[in-house]
Amino acid sequence: MSGKHLNLKLKIWRQSGPQTAGSFVDYQIEVSPDDSFLEMLDELNNKLESEGKEPIAFESDCREGICGTCGLVINGQPHGPIPKIATCQLHMRNFNNGDTIWIEPFRAKAFPVLKDLIVDRSGFDAIMNAGGFISVNTGGVPDANEILIPKEIASASMDAAACIGCGACVAACKNASAMLFVSAKVSQFALLPQGKPERFRRVEKMVKVMDDLGFGSCTNTYACEAECPKGISVTNIARMNREYFLAKVKSKELEV
Amino acid sequence: MGWLSEALGSSIGKKFVMGFTGIGLILFLIFHLVGNFTLYGGPEAFNGYVHTLDIVKPIIRVIEVGLGLVFIFHIYNGIKLWWENKKARPNDYKISAKSKNTTFFSRTMIQTGSIVFIFLVLHLATFWWLFNFSGEPHEKGDAYYAIVVEWFQIPWYAIFYVIAVILLGFHLNHGFQSAFQTFGWNHKKYFPFIQKLGTVYAVIMALGFASFPIYFLFFYGGN
Amino acid sequence: MVKLDSKIPEGHISEKWTNHKFNMKLINPANKRKYDVIVVGTGLAGASAAASLAELGYNVKAFTFHDSARRAHSISAQGGINAAKNYQNDGDSVYRLFFDTVKGGDFRAREANVYRLAEVSNNIIDQCVAQGVPFAREYGGLLDNRSFGGAQVSRTFYARGQTGQQLLLGAYSALSRQVGLGKVKMYSRREMLELVVVDGIARGIVCRNLVNGEIEKYSAHAVIVATGGYSNVFFLSTNAMNCNTTAIWRAHKKGALFANPCFTQIHPTCLPVHGEGQSKLTLMSESLRNDGRIWVSKKKGDMREPNDIPEEERDYYLERKYPSFGNLSPRDISSRSAKEVVDEGRGAKGQEAVYLDFEDAIKRLGRKAIEEKYGNLFEIYETITGENPYAVPMKIYPAPHYTMGGLWVDYNLMSNIPGLFVLGEANFSDHGANRLGASALMQGLADGYFVIPYTIGNYLAADKPEKLSVDHAEFENVKKQTEDLTKKFLSINGKQTVDDIHKRLGRIMWNKVGMGRNENGLKEAVNEIRELREEFWKDVKVPGNDKDINQTLERVGRLADYFELGELMAVDALNRNESCGGHFREEYQTEEGEALRNDEEYTYVAAWEMEELGKWKLHKEDLQFEYVKLSTRSYK
Repeated sequence: MSGKHLNLKLKIWRQSGPQTAGSFVDYQIEVSPDDSFLEMLDELNNKLESEGKEPIAFESDCREGICGTCGLVINGQPHGPIPKIATCQLHMRNFNNGDTIWIEPFRAKAFPVLKDLIVDRSGFDAIMNAGGFISVNTGGVPDANEILIPKEIASASMDAAACIGCGACVAACKNASAMLFVSAKVSQFALLPQGKPERFRRVEKMVKVMDDLGFGSCTNTYACEAECPKGISVTNIARMNREYFLAKVKSKELEV
Repeated sequence: MGWLSEALGSSIGKKFVMGFTGIGLILFLIFHLVGNFTLYGGPEAFNGYVHTLDIVKPIIRVIEVGLGLVFIFHIYNGIKLWWENKKARPNDYKISAKSKNTTFFSRTMIQTGSIVFIFLVLHLATFWWLFNFSGEPHEKGDAYYAIVVEWFQIPWYAIFYVIAVILLGFHLNHGFQSAFQTFGWNHKKYFPFIQKLGTVYAVIMALGFASFPIYFLFFYGGN
Repeated sequence: MVKLDSKIPEGHISEKWTNHKFNMKLINPANKRKYDVIVVGTGLAGASAAASLAELGYNVKAFTFHDSARRAHSISAQGGINAAKNYQNDGDSVYRLFFDTVKGGDFRAREANVYRLAEVSNNIIDQCVAQGVPFAREYGGLLDNRSFGGAQVSRTFYARGQTGQQLLLGAYSALSRQVGLGKVKMYSRREMLELVVVDGIARGIVCRNLVNGEIEKYSAHAVIVATGGYSNVFFLSTNAMNCNTTAIWRAHKKGALFANPCFTQIHPTCLPVHGEGQSKLTLMSESLRNDGRIWVSKKKGDMREPNDIPEEERDYYLERKYPSFGNLSPRDISSRSAKEVVDEGRGAKGQEAVYLDFEDAIKRLGRKAIEEKYGNLFEIYETITGENPYAVPMKIYPAPHYTMGGLWVDYNLMSNIPGLFVLGEANFSDHGANRLGASALMQGLADGYFVIPYTIGNYLAADKPEKLSVDHAEFENVKKQTEDLTKKFLSINGKQTVDDIHKRLGRIMWNKVGMGRNENGLKEAVNEIRELREEFWKDVKVPGNDKDINQTLERVGRLADYFELGELMAVDALNRNESCGGHFREEYQTEEGEALRNDEEYTYVAAWEMEELGKWKLHKEDLQFEYVKLSTRSYK
């Protein structure tokens, strides 16, 4: 499998804490084209550690593109140049010998940098806590097959539910808007019969928290969809807008 | 009505205002362009058209006020959105990859919009102001047409006009389909059609409006 | 003195859980809020438990070392979740799921627990659907099922290849709702480092705040640990980078028994190792075996490209050895067979890999059908390896995946330390020596949604709801102990990095405590692990400090625990002089090379008590098989 090694120049954002200023630091590295991008950083960190230097802080977990933990901006693109994959699935064979690679954290006011390439995405959890659920307690629910759901609806709901909550949509958007993330959750539930009873309350609450947290507005540039590792469609944003208008007009609750 | 101001003040609400006012302006531009085509019918046709509008002046005034409000809302909201969105993303990336994930039209709305706004002020100060408030145009039968010819034959004005309406086309190209998306009318069956329709509309508007100064600057034999 | 009491209720197996639920004590609804419960881990088991307990009214404190509860590794499970719904009218029943699971676990699981698991499996599906989990559907709107992992019935519910993700997000949404309501206080970016035991009862935990390095103390009337498995002891495994044993290991060191540590599952369909820089192994869904055919060359050291090897020179070894199950043979059997052919020198192009070939399936069903079924997986494969599986056979190899062993718990999921409950993969209970496909998700959610809400009430009802505080001297002691350990790590200042040492430990574990084990190898492993551990404590290097995010510090603590656990795994494997499920002792096999159980002597759960480091005391919990008669598994 393995071809020739690649010699690369890395320019990596280093920032010791949320309050301090950061800057790019240069590193030189030789890697196998079969390595993943994060394995390259592992190797660099291992080298730094062996020299007694502080390794570059970055997050990752499953390394299969599903947990949503990893997320680097590589040459200006969240999750790098290959569409529909997370950073952990990016492999070095997509780069050329001699390339210079710029590696930055996700940038948004609502995602403050904690250290180096790690950002705080807890805003997403706050949005979920506000309404990203169907209010059912454990037990006492009907038999699963009592709720008939057309295959096409289940499938559309699944398309939306595939979101991994990585935050690349926010990172890609020039407005740092979280609409793709929020709309994916709103859509998943709004489509399903189980989600209908509280559809208005849900969208109103989630949007309210999203706005309060300082995420920007959507200006329909669709950068989010282009960079989303799961290819979540902006039709979800359209659906959320619809749900929101309907909620505002029809819902009998005066305050969210 | 606290709920309404809250709704319209939300991130989605502000977009709704943009889209709603935008659609209003899109419709207005169609009427404007159709009316302008009377210019190609010569002085009589054009002046006749303006006279017709004069007859229903009270109605036109009401529409103008409405249109003015739509413009103001569109512009005020647009600037507000831009400013807030800038704050939401205070730092940019070192390497820009915007051309890889967005279209030129979508990411330059504030720039194209600003230039169109400057153009609008100039446009109002010239044609609209002169038509309405300069002396006694009603008595001078061919004054409207003459004013148009006069201005369009000033090269800097004509060139700026052409550039501005091309940028307006850029603005409309994104704005048209964007409004549909904002209203939630995005369906994979018909949205591609809306996007194409928007482009066709934008091209027609840009070429249509640009044709007047080009015609009067280069092809009008009247002088 | 430790005494093992499994507390299995009396009565016929089908009535045990029902009777038990009735006999358990209840807590007055108004009193529930006076009880604090700590839940460590927010995977399927942890999140479902935290949400369900909060719904009941308890005050829950939930902990995760991730930035968000949604990141837990349950999210990576692809295939599906079993339930005995019998929606397909193909003869499934609670009893059959119970039977299959006991047999699949090679008769080393507790019958009563497994029956309960099968019994509540149906409630899980109902619950998940009500939460909005978008399971696959038929055109008529009913739920779709598939057969999975060698089951003879279609009882697996799935959501594309992302069932774990959808189930976890369902549990996470239920948890989010309770966080929003203020019934769960969520502590993210906190790693549990110690269990606090006061007067013999679990009363709290000590954590490191991973952002600012603070060592924090939390008290509760009960502590639930649901922190998953320990496959990362092998360094390379399908587990996520941060999966670790620290929470359960430190609880073990505080007195909790560790049961069947050597029962590890090696998953047969993973991507082979590509090189030194490899950080983890990627699992390809087992569903691929439904249509793919597994083979290697008949010749040793065959370096030809797979497509250049003619049909008659290929050995479809699973089809040859197990004609009735063929490529769908259980995980342990498939994995071991792959190792056998590779050990014979017949691996794919001399590597540690075998071929998984779709050529026949594409011919039979058409490329389009294969694309529909597996397109997603094929894409993943191509992304990672750069090879096109439609044209060239995939290369796969087994990798450590799931650990059936874990902390010992009784029928109520409580460990031998009163007040310490252990859920999901972190406990040992339901899978015996081998876990069947699509059963892990089932167990995690069963424990969290439908078992712990009952059993914890029974426990707490006997405890007075008095206010607890972290001022007790024991909390301070444990905190100091944790801080000292941190200082120790930072002060060693040796030459080797954490990962370099971990890789060396992983190699010992993989070679000697991996798929094939024997007495000599295991004895050597114990010595080698000890030597390496000594080296580790003298020569590891941890840069940075303990006052902010320090990922090396996080990893070094986990590695320290792996050394101790690794040794216990070898000790357990050495003790178990038989082959069963995922534990294969080369000395104990049939003439055909099949696992040979020793039911006379080893039909027990090996629960280990740590007396001091390197010295464990064995407690045996005898297993009774009253309903599923002991028999040799045969998949021929």
